[in-house]
Amino acid sequence: MIGDAANFSSAGRTHWGWIIAISLLLLLLPAVFDTNTPTLLGIWALFALSLGLMWGYAGILSFGHAAYFGLGAYTYAITSMNLGESTAAWMLAILLPAFVAALIGAMMFYGRISDVYMGVITLVFSLIMAKFMGATAGDAYSIGNARLGGFNGIPAFPILNVPGDPSTLIIGVPLYYLVVCCLIFCYLISRWVLSSAFGRILLGIRENESRIELLGYNAPAYKTAIFSLSAAMAGMAGCLFASWAEIVTPALFGLGQSVEVIIWVIAGGLGTLMGPVIGAVLLGTMKLLLGGQTFIDNSLVIGAILVLVVLLLPRGLLPTAMGWRKQQDQRSVSRARNNSMRRRTGERRQPRATAGQDKSGGQS
Amino acid sequence: MDYAAVVLLEIIYMIAFLVLTSAGLAVVFGMMRVINLAHGEFVMIGGYTTIACAKAGINIYFAMLIVAPLVVGVLGLVVERLVVRQLYGRMIDTMLATWGLSLLMVGIVTFIFGNTAVSVPAPIPGYELGEFQMGGYNLFIIGIATLLILCMWLVMRFTRLGLVARGAMQSADVASALGYDPKRVYMWTFTVGAALSGLAGGVLAPLTGLLPSSGGAYIAKAFITVITGGAAVITGTLSSSIIFGTINQVVSFGSTPVIGEIAMLAFAVVLLRLMPQGITGRFFRNAP
Amino acid sequence: MSEMIVETRDLSMRFGGVLAVNNVNFNLRERELRCLIGPNGAGKSTLFKCMTGLHEINHSNGRVFIRGQDVTGWRPHEIVRLGVGIKTQVPSVMNGLTVWENLWLSARRIHGKNGAYPEVDRVIEELGLQTHMRRNVGELAHGQRQIVEIGLVLCQRPKLVLLDEPAAGITGAEADRLVELIHGINQQAAVVVVDHDMNFVRMLGGSVTVLHQGAVLMEGATDAVMNNAKVREVYIGNRAK
Repeated sequence: MIGDAANFSSAGRTHWGWIIAISLLLLLLPAVFDTNTPTLLGIWALFALSLGLMWGYAGILSFGHAAYFGLGAYTYAITSMNLGESTAAWMLAILLPAFVAALIGAMMFYGRISDVYMGVITLVFSLIMAKFMGATAGDAYSIGNARLGGFNGIPAFPILNVPGDPSTLIIGVPLYYLVVCCLIFCYLISRWVLSSAFGRILLGIRENESRIELLGYNAPAYKTAIFSLSAAMAGMAGCLFASWAEIVTPALFGLGQSVEVIIWVIAGGLGTLMGPVIGAVLLGTMKLLLGGQTFIDNSLVIGAILVLVVLLLPRGLLPTAMGWRKQQDQRSVSRARNNSMRRRTGERRQPRATAGQDKSGGQS
Repeated sequence: MDYAAVVLLEIIYMIAFLVLTSAGLAVVFGMMRVINLAHGEFVMIGGYTTIACAKAGINIYFAMLIVAPLVVGVLGLVVERLVVRQLYGRMIDTMLATWGLSLLMVGIVTFIFGNTAVSVPAPIPGYELGEFQMGGYNLFIIGIATLLILCMWLVMRFTRLGLVARGAMQSADVASALGYDPKRVYMWTFTVGAALSGLAGGVLAPLTGLLPSSGGAYIAKAFITVITGGAAVITGTLSSSIIFGTINQVVSFGSTPVIGEIAMLAFAVVLLRLMPQGITGRFFRNAP
Repeated sequence: MSEMIVETRDLSMRFGGVLAVNNVNFNLRERELRCLIGPNGAGKSTLFKCMTGLHEINHSNGRVFIRGQDVTGWRPHEIVRLGVGIKTQVPSVMNGLTVWENLWLSARRIHGKNGAYPEVDRVIEELGLQTHMRRNVGELAHGQRQIVEIGLVLCQRPKLVLLDEPAAGITGAEADRLVELIHGINQQAAVVVVDHDMNFVRMLGGSVTVLHQGAVLMEGATDAVMNNAKVREVYIGNRAK
């Protein structure tokens, strides 16, 4: 019985009440607020969700997740500029990051690369993309009609339009609704994945990859699959960003962007789906507010937050807030804390003698 | 012939640059398995210290070789006691917390010094090699890096401090067995690592205009160099610096500097895929 | 003649300067019960890891056959699919998941979506894990975690079961239950048990293989082997009179 959440509680529950309530709020928001900023926050939330799914539930931390965000954005820009219509561009912006992630993921996971070294490789890939895109100034660097533009990026490409009708652009409030729908859609997809056998096996991999293999599961294959799915969602977010910002630049691939999304996820709550979303919205809002003044540097605040969260709130905002509500149930609180902390650390490996160490055991 | 000498010098310079900027990170990683992502900012602060001292009239060599390491060493001590110590054994958490610290430091330095570049002229003039104009200061950097490696090797090999350090690398229990509190060993190790980062920052300060964000340029390459090098501090850093420095410069000469950097990054991925424990995880296993 | 469930040919495994497994030829028939004993560092756990692919081996290390199939160089999940289950020396379970969830993951692979539920119920019943069913495995005591791990093995109805120190930290009455459990498993599968507790080994019966410094010292019936002078010398370290 798929969706037998009562039995497999570690995969989390689908809180339909909350989902419907929040969805309604989001859909009614344009009546009260201007949608420009909320659209951006929604895009960031989707990006954070993609990392949160992979990291919180499969234990895969990428130090360069921005690579897929940027790849989605650039793919959209280049394709739409060449085709004049956005539907194919949209699809390619989702599929290409997924494909690239599958290749890189396969290389890493089948090669038994562990924690830190995986961090290096994912980081390096995003750096290569950033450097490469930053150096593509001049007419020589173009794909079809689209000049890659180096540091300045690619401006003035066709933004998203209603499929089949290139003259009707999705901009302003409709774009906001599109972003909200994508966010809700990806959230539900994530919940569906987690309630399936595939998702539960991912949890097992996060807990003890070696043991999962000893149960006969081909762990690298599962990891590659979730890595690819996560990249697809990040690509979708990137594509939406491109349409919102109407320009794509190499900074989208940058280390700063990769680190920011990591901070959003762990501040919001690693091991939940709503946590990363909330983290992105709150910290994203703060970043935008701080950006409007020069007295306090954004780096300072977000740096302080990161240090404090790691030291004091290892579970992140959402699980802490929920923990206060359930103050009686001490056991679940300490369990979640240990899970969350150990999820990030990955110690206690059970090494394979010759190949690299595979991550197991310590992801409690 | 001159061209060959120039290329060779550039390669050696690149290697020296990598060694210098990675040494601090390598000491801390090799000895404590701690990845200090604030390393780049330690380098940056070393640079700011040197420039501030030079502008205040202090001899620049004194500033870069003595003052900068001292100042950043103290900073490292504070960081270790307040933050890193709480997170031993939690590698990813340490990476995240030190990254937070690096952002914090960038913010503070921006607050104090503002966002315009500061600089100080190189104290050693350029020279000519055939028809090429070379930077004389680069030779100084190569010299310092060589001296650094030599000193580190001598300390590790021939002093009691080095012995305790190598023991602690194997396990904390060894340090205890030798009569040293592992916590203090780690504290001093981190401090020394920070001091080395400060030294690098000081020595490199005259090269370009320094910004609060300059640290970011160092951390990525240093991180990649150290991790690919593997657990052995000197041998690992040296071997990966040699490989990456050579590739970076050779490819740069053949095309553009950007392609050179990309080649270096790509090669790091290949190396790690082949040697998941780093270079010294496979070769030179027991070297210091 | 019954088929060999597992067979190693000239298996050797070296770590740095140490030859942990030294030219071992180990065979086991269907439904045979064997105890693998030897002093610390004799290579018992290493042998298990070679047989299950946890240590990567290639033809220069020798060969391993499982149910007639050459599995040299295979990865663990491929070898396990031939019907092998292993309980490792250090309990290897999924600490952040509940007992039920652990068992379900194991049962799911063999019994599929629908068959997994009754299988998990069956194993929980057999091992007496009802009270702990919904607790995270990480919270259980060492002995209980070992039982859970055995449960993981049972759910897959393997033909070859490797138990590395199942009796560690288990007392009197529990030991009796464990012996009974192992005999029960032995009805359907060949079993190899590594343990240091000689009483436990005696209670199990079956035959014994003694490893010493990575090589097979002796094989045979329990009492004969235990009383052998050379074996006692290896264990006790002086010449047995």
